[in-house]
Amino acid sequence: MSVGHRVSSDHQLARLLQIGIVLEEVVEARSYHHYQSLDDGEELDAEIESLLEHAAAESAEHRERLEALVEELDAESIPFDEIEALVEAQYGKTEPEDFDDILYDQLCNEETAYKFYDDLVGALRASEATFGIDRDRLIDVLIEIREEEADGVEEVTKIMNKRQ
Amino acid sequence: MNTADQYVKAIYLLQQMENGPASTGALADRLDVSPASANEMIGKLESRGLAEHEKYKGVTLTDDGIVRARDALQTYCIIERFLANVLSVEEFRAEARELEPVIDDLVAERLDTIIDRNAECPDCFDPETDACCHLEVASEANVEAEEQRAD
Repeated sequence: MSVGHRVSSDHQLARLLQIGIVLEEVVEARSYHHYQSLDDGEELDAEIESLLEHAAAESAEHRERLEALVEELDAESIPFDEIEALVEAQYGKTEPEDFDDILYDQLCNEETAYKFYDDLVGALRASEATFGIDRDRLIDVLIEIREEEADGVEEVTKIMNKRQ
Repeated sequence: MNTADQYVKAIYLLQQMENGPASTGALADRLDVSPASANEMIGKLESRGLAEHEKYKGVTLTDDGIVRARDALQTYCIIERFLANVLSVEEFRAEARELEPVIDDLVAERLDTIIDRNAECPDCFDPETDACCHLEVASEANVEAEEQRAD
């Protein structure tokens, strides 16, 4: 163990980006399942429907951007098909109880993703290592994604406040 | 996981292994830091009410420190299990140690939703093998240890 250790190698960076990809996968799967559950509901809420649709599309886009970064690092591949199936299996069996449940879960998703990118950007800034990707470009991409997650938190909070 | 959490986790595991207070030297070794750094952090943990230090004996966690250490250990167990079972990483212990400072509890909680952790976690964690006892590498290490004992 190394206390205060920062991101110091392409391998470690690739692993962290892969974790980001899985987190996005989780957000996408949860949003999708919640979105599907709205279809079954008696009363559709257009605002929540649009929020979830947007969240799923945004996560897919984030995942692609992270995948492109990992590819540049020439890292070993991870079994994404299996991970997708695993995530799918986990969320296929859970159903949110109501709209508030969906919104709260969505808020956790966005906040978690924000925290992850924020910590990663902090760790990269604290590191003096050279990576296989241009550091400034890497940080710029992660900051853009982080800001979109921040917008997501704001969006969900607004809807939650309106419903109170 | 922040630095204080890494320390309380290490003290908790050392206390289990030594069946008593954790010595500053062993703590510094485990965390790969200088004894001076370990002493400095022990002082901070004491001022936060998380640990008590007795000269020549070592450091012991308070009840609050134990709660904090068990939470940190759970987070660590999630990282190990996620690497081993989801990403199929063979060297999951080494990688978990590298990733630990960068993975927040909130992030670990979300990763936890796709792994099947046992209800007894973090008691599943074996300080000797530095791994969750339900993971394959840990059981292999146990087999080796048993074989050595039999010899």
